[in-house]
Amino acid sequence: MIDHLIPILAGTLAAATPLIFAGLGELVAERSGVINLGVEGMMLIGAIAGFAFAAETGYGAVTGLPAGALAGAAAAMIFAFFALSLSANQAACGLALTIFGIGLSAFIGQHYVSYSLPGLQPISIPLLSDIPLLGPVLFRQDWVVYLSLIAFALVTWTLAKTRLGLLLKAVGESPEAAHAIGYPVLGIRYGAVAFGGAMAGIAGAYLSTVYTPLWVQNMSAGRGWIAVALVVFATWKPTRLLLGAYLFGAVTILQFHAQGLGIDVPVQFLAALPYVATIVVLVVISRDRKLLQLNLPASLGKPFLP
Amino acid sequence: MSQSARLQLLHISKRYPSVVANDDVSLSVEPGEIHAILGENGAGKSTLMKIIYGAVKADAGEMLWNGRQVAIASPAQARKLGIGMVFQHFSLFETLSVVENIALVLDEPFDLPALAARVKEVSERYGLPLDPYRSVHSLSVGERQRVEIVRCLLQDPKLLILDEPTSVLTPQAVQKLFETLRRLASEGVSILYISHKLHEIKSLCDSATIMRGGKVTGTAIPRDETPASLARMMIGRELPVCEAPAFTGLVKPVLEVDRLSLASADPFGTSLSHVSLTVNAGEILGIAGISGNGQAELLAALSGENTVDRETIWLAGEAIGHLDAGQRRSKGLVFVPEERLGRGAVPAQSLTRNALLTAHRQDMKHWGLVSYSKAKAFAEQCIARFDVRCGGPDALARSLSGGNLQKFIVGREIMLAPRLMIVAQPTWGVDVGAAAFLRQTLLDLSRTGVAILVISEELEELFEISDRIAVLAAGQLSAAQPKAATNAESVGLQMSGLFNETAQPTESGHAPA
Amino acid sequence: MHLLEPRAQPSQLMRWTAPLIAIGATLLTGSLLFWALDKSPLASFYVFFIEPLTSSYGWSELLIKACPLILIAQGLAIGFKARIYNIGAEGQLIVGALFGGGVAIWLEGSDSGWVIPAMVVAGAIGGALWGAIPALLKTRFNAEETLTTLMLTYVAIHLLSYMVNGPWRDPEGMNFPQSIMFSDNALFGLLIEGSRVNTSIFITIFAVLAFWLFNARSFLAYTLEVGGQAPAASRYAGFSAKRTVWFSLVISGLTAGLAGVGEVAGPVGQLNLNISPGYGFAAIIVAYLGRLHALGIVLAGCLMALIYLGGEAAQVSLQMPSAITGIFQGMLLFFLLGADAFIDNRLRRPA
Repeated sequence: MIDHLIPILAGTLAAATPLIFAGLGELVAERSGVINLGVEGMMLIGAIAGFAFAAETGYGAVTGLPAGALAGAAAAMIFAFFALSLSANQAACGLALTIFGIGLSAFIGQHYVSYSLPGLQPISIPLLSDIPLLGPVLFRQDWVVYLSLIAFALVTWTLAKTRLGLLLKAVGESPEAAHAIGYPVLGIRYGAVAFGGAMAGIAGAYLSTVYTPLWVQNMSAGRGWIAVALVVFATWKPTRLLLGAYLFGAVTILQFHAQGLGIDVPVQFLAALPYVATIVVLVVISRDRKLLQLNLPASLGKPFLP
Repeated sequence: MSQSARLQLLHISKRYPSVVANDDVSLSVEPGEIHAILGENGAGKSTLMKIIYGAVKADAGEMLWNGRQVAIASPAQARKLGIGMVFQHFSLFETLSVVENIALVLDEPFDLPALAARVKEVSERYGLPLDPYRSVHSLSVGERQRVEIVRCLLQDPKLLILDEPTSVLTPQAVQKLFETLRRLASEGVSILYISHKLHEIKSLCDSATIMRGGKVTGTAIPRDETPASLARMMIGRELPVCEAPAFTGLVKPVLEVDRLSLASADPFGTSLSHVSLTVNAGEILGIAGISGNGQAELLAALSGENTVDRETIWLAGEAIGHLDAGQRRSKGLVFVPEERLGRGAVPAQSLTRNALLTAHRQDMKHWGLVSYSKAKAFAEQCIARFDVRCGGPDALARSLSGGNLQKFIVGREIMLAPRLMIVAQPTWGVDVGAAAFLRQTLLDLSRTGVAILVISEELEELFEISDRIAVLAAGQLSAAQPKAATNAESVGLQMSGLFNETAQPTESGHAPA
Repeated sequence: MHLLEPRAQPSQLMRWTAPLIAIGATLLTGSLLFWALDKSPLASFYVFFIEPLTSSYGWSELLIKACPLILIAQGLAIGFKARIYNIGAEGQLIVGALFGGGVAIWLEGSDSGWVIPAMVVAGAIGGALWGAIPALLKTRFNAEETLTTLMLTYVAIHLLSYMVNGPWRDPEGMNFPQSIMFSDNALFGLLIEGSRVNTSIFITIFAVLAFWLFNARSFLAYTLEVGGQAPAASRYAGFSAKRTVWFSLVISGLTAGLAGVGEVAGPVGQLNLNISPGYGFAAIIVAYLGRLHALGIVLAGCLMALIYLGGEAAQVSLQMPSAITGIFQGMLLFFLLGADAFIDNRLRRPA
């Protein structure tokens, strides 16, 4: 059993990493009152940009991740122009971005279909990685996994302890009031959306340059949407988002270990499990309307025109 | 032209696509002066104040600050100059604490504990005590206003703008506010006081600029005027009065509410506890109180937008608590909500289609298909009978002024031949002429034997049209008193007295027992 | 950064020209894209948008692709008016195809004339059922339909994959994930010799007329629209919000399910993993582009079908990936939403 446990737990951390990045990004955007359903599209654009850059430069994830971040942020700016500057329907704009991103990534990805990248070696942290069970799970991961935790800590601290975090929350609750006291609501929302795009881009680049270092069309396979659902599940709180991401990481990783664990279920059913789990957690969290209302950024999804 | 003026506006103009909000407006305020801007809803007062505060940019005109020409591009710049503003619909964030709200407008390093101490100190110095760590959503409306004022005071203002500050206060709290304002003026702070309440201006302000339709129509020394003369300047004619003849028909209960308790669905709402009331045929029952004390919850429960236990609400002897709004309307209960756009009417739809909203039960549909010609005829009739000024039945609801849309909604509901009409804030945001028309319409309707329940924040209005008055505070309803047996003072006391005393030691501190 | 200010009156002109502006902007951006790829924009556009229509076969293919798009979009438009965002029509299409295809496999060898009607009914039920799940989750548990409908699409894809890899795999299909080819009486009859146009087109025609009447005159459509535009007004009038949710999702699921049957009992002729090239998603754009109007959707559906055909042609003649279809679809929706902003707003004028 323990033979399975370590790879399952270690794999969970890696599988959760893209969800943490994309989820944190979407969480920040939603805190400012903007719902961007284009996470899936931004992830794919980030994935192909990261992959192409890593392949062309030969430096792998080190160049792939920043390229993915830039591409994701750029994609988010298209969304922001329509959804913020033109006050168009946010949900529909996000959908447009996803459709566009799927098409664009597949279009560019055509050139990279047979490529593969070397991927990343795990970094063993001295001493800590020798702790039984915990060591191999927590301290023998690739550096991007550690980066996701740093990103989590930074976002959590910013939201809870800084003026910027307060401002995001304020703009998300009442853009009218924020505007009345003189804050540039749209500028702040542009920033939050760009951050969300960059994080989604990193998530995508992680998938294509580290997690499965080769290009497959539509390789994010709905993770962007799961990240959006995770934000709801997390009731817009980073810590709960982290827990949710690990839960989904575990569900995702289960299908690769099912046989070894003696679970005899058709592989398609296991593959569908993360999506079913998403529905289940959405139901569980949404049935408590008051809890949602208390935490929901009050202006979420509503266009703001001063 | 005065050399000493703190603020001078010269020929300010601002136009929007559909309206000229300010047209060649000039005024001047001295240090320590309390200057009233008097005008009806839609006269352009709020736009003018937003221009001064840098939230809106004027199309033309100049502004002089202490004799020097300035162009105020943003509220931050206004604050830097020493201009503070207390908004009518407060610019506070419900989910943040008092000190967090204040920190967001201060241009200084982010240090909440230090700021909290200063908030406490300043608020106590001016008799506006506040707990810096309370969440804003848990504060009463009066306390929220204190937060806004303290927020301005912390920036050491030279000019304080207050936009309709008393519309949400009890008569006692208004007096308290006036004390604070007079004290600030005595310290040299100029105050711009925006209001349409004549006797308040008369008792508080040193001078007044009167606006109508975006233009300045006169200036006055309020002390030397009567409310009637001020009103003439404000609306351009005599203040209309309503006639309330006695009801001569058979008095029998139409609406009975029996110990209605309801937990609010809104996490920031107020729950109702044991609300009982009776409205008789031919009378208007007024319910006074400040919004947020269970008004929204009571209205939703009475209208059927929220259903409740069957036997808590009775209409003409029939239990209807479990019926939804449509079913209740079919039984003769009609409702005019506070929000006209988006609740009483669909903003982006024509009046014809808005007639259909509730009047579809007047033989407008067959086998599931709508007869739009009947709906249109109904809308036309409503427009003619209730003097709705609009572009005809095809005009969109949102293109109508507040008063005209309210006339349309009230008219539509009256044309359903109700037994009981429930009206919330009947004249909120409505010009004086339309308000008088609406009040008279309600009075006339009640004297035909219809029972009417009016919920309003405007005490004057309730005393004008109600036969009996009750007060809703903290989700509890006082016993209704005949109008002659009560007065504004005592109703005002009930509005604050019942109000959540344990949570607000400061509020009860100055309310005489 | 705020580019707009509200108009005093919404512009009717913009309401109807916005789709044309969006198409124009898409073509313009598209030509920049072709130009950047060193292809002549004019020649590319010829391949993309004109060449497919130079043969009668091309026109018949246009019809084949337009029918499912129009059918699904009619159902989606009902929901969109009520602001119920079903973005999982693709999944409902797949489940409809599974139900319909299941009937075909079950009745394999039967020579009854009722096989096709039974498949149609089964497909409608399957799609409606897949739409009913998010309706239940929303009315009962308050779960967002956007996310649940989309997640159910992934579930449907895996379900389809399981069926054609497992129980319903064609034993003689060389292990490909596909079912048997359906027999002739489990296929819609061909209408035009030499083309693939079949009798399922009558389902679409009937749907267009039915939805047109429904939208124009029914009281239910009015209540749905009120529910979407002003939920508080809907509650005030006593219209049931739950009925709106159920009706929107079940109807749009049903039309998507019908479209699924139309594919497996039509051009595809079996169950496999390529039943739909994303019709369920493209239909969202069709619905908006057609102004949520039954007849507008017909035009928009034809345009979207042309984009699909153009994508296929570009693959053959220009050696471009067919993914370019997705790029065009995304751009079209973006530009449409942007142009729509000018119905209620206008460009901010400098003071």
